[in-house]
Amino acid sequence: MLEVRFHGRGGQGAVTSAEIIAQAAIKQGMRAQAFPSFGPERRGAPVQAFLRVSDKPIRLRSKVYKPDSVLILDPTLVASANPTAGLKKGGYIIINSNKSVEELKKIFPGQNIVAVDATKIAKEELGVPITNTTMLGALVRATRVVELSTLEEPVRNRFGVNGQKNINAYTRAYNEATIINAE
Amino acid sequence: MSADKGMEVSIAASVAAKLARVEAVAAYPITPQTHIVEHLAEIVANGELDAAYINVESEHSAMSACVGASATGARTFTSTSAQGMELMHEILFIASGMRLPIVMASVNRALSSPLSIWGDHSDVMAARDTGWIMLFTENGQEVVDSIIMAFKIAEDRRVLLPAMVNLDGFSLSHVIEPIQFPSQEDVDRFLPPYAPLYTLHPDKPVTMGAYAMPELYTEAKYSQEIAIRNSKAVIKEVMEQFSKDFGRKYNIVETYNIEKADTVFMALGSINENIKTAIDLLKDNGKELGLVAPRLFRPFPADELVEVLKTKKKLAVFERVMPGGAMNGPLYNEIASMVVQNGLDLQLENYIFGLGGRDVEPEELIDVFEQISTSAKITHADNKNYGVIGVRS
Repeated sequence: MLEVRFHGRGGQGAVTSAEIIAQAAIKQGMRAQAFPSFGPERRGAPVQAFLRVSDKPIRLRSKVYKPDSVLILDPTLVASANPTAGLKKGGYIIINSNKSVEELKKIFPGQNIVAVDATKIAKEELGVPITNTTMLGALVRATRVVELSTLEEPVRNRFGVNGQKNINAYTRAYNEATIINAE
Repeated sequence: MSADKGMEVSIAASVAAKLARVEAVAAYPITPQTHIVEHLAEIVANGELDAAYINVESEHSAMSACVGASATGARTFTSTSAQGMELMHEILFIASGMRLPIVMASVNRALSSPLSIWGDHSDVMAARDTGWIMLFTENGQEVVDSIIMAFKIAEDRRVLLPAMVNLDGFSLSHVIEPIQFPSQEDVDRFLPPYAPLYTLHPDKPVTMGAYAMPELYTEAKYSQEIAIRNSKAVIKEVMEQFSKDFGRKYNIVETYNIEKADTVFMALGSINENIKTAIDLLKDNGKELGLVAPRLFRPFPADELVEVLKTKKKLAVFERVMPGGAMNGPLYNEIASMVVQNGLDLQLENYIFGLGGRDVEPEELIDVFEQISTSAKITHADNKNYGVIGVRS
């Protein structure tokens, strides 16, 4: 079973990211769960969403405390929300960041990192700095949890006429992501 | 067999109501039930579902409108949570007393105060003796199937009682997960249109829910009590029919790994999935724990529980509600009464957990198992009756 915790801020669409992956995984015949962590959440406040994907039925209803990977939509959360808490050894930190490899290695010493400047891609492809769908490309690159092509249908269902723009955005993120493996 | 669809359980619940071809819906939005009634409003508005959607200003009015709609012979659905159910409370008794087969999705949530929007069973347990049939669910598939079954149970001429399908707020209601939907044709075959015994109609005036003198009230309530007791046989029949028609097996009491286990856990709702995971982890270490999960809470399935528990040694009952000054939680109290009446030799433990959305991971359940299996008699330091999992004092 793969467990991923998503970190974003209210309004950035972390929950939607988790949902799209779950729908794609189910489409591929796997079992999956996606759910939000509901709190007194407001636009801009730190939020979490959770994803589980497995080839067997998932019988767990608690939150993800020991994720295999974490996905960070908003780099400012690193300082304030401890998004890597409980991350399993060897797991990936999948982060929206414009920082250099050297800088990232300093922030997350000894960790596996997949980084992409999703804010830049989202601005160019979608016209807005909303990175939730863009980051799906980096997530798939890091975890191979689903085929990139399986994301198309849930993304089109969700975004209608803007579906293609979102597909372009996550495809770019998939190709442009930098993978930093722990030494 | 249709393919799994990835869908939020709340949306799936409203699709189930649509597959049941509900004719009247009256509801008031409240977290975490909101998505169910929002989606129903949407599919009624866009013509996908031919039903009267009655907008109301409160849950008291929602249930009152459901009573009226059901009395005219319409297949009626509603949904609520927490304070909403408390505001309905008065009318819950009227629905059951008038023998109206309303179906309600009860999205379980904690009661204020303190204000909590998260899940527990305070709401349904405060309504447990309102004369409604009560089913509990562990996952989205069970929610969909139970809503469809609930109409068939409630509308059976041998029953004619309202039924509540309970699903845990957030931990079930807001999860996207794989769900299979039966075809409309198959649901239509399983669940024919509601054929009421009597209906309110201006051309043929009747009085329903009238006043009863002391000479009659006891008999009216007694016949209602017999109806809910007898409903168990119908519920079994409907579950068997559903298993035959749709291939998913349902029993009023479900069990998991009880064959070799001397110690058994019991709980209602979605925590049972975490308990099953705990059981699997224990099994990997050569330890045996069983689960007995009542799917039916009202009427209370005592005979069926005795059957699976009579050879067991220890039973821990887990509940998502504070006893409120009672000796123990409401499920435990039923079990204790069942154990005494049936002369079972079963050591009982009661644990309160998961209040106001507090997570309980499988590891914590394993801790409880280890505690129980290593001591002859558990005593709770601060309370001789029940323990509270994870409480900070």
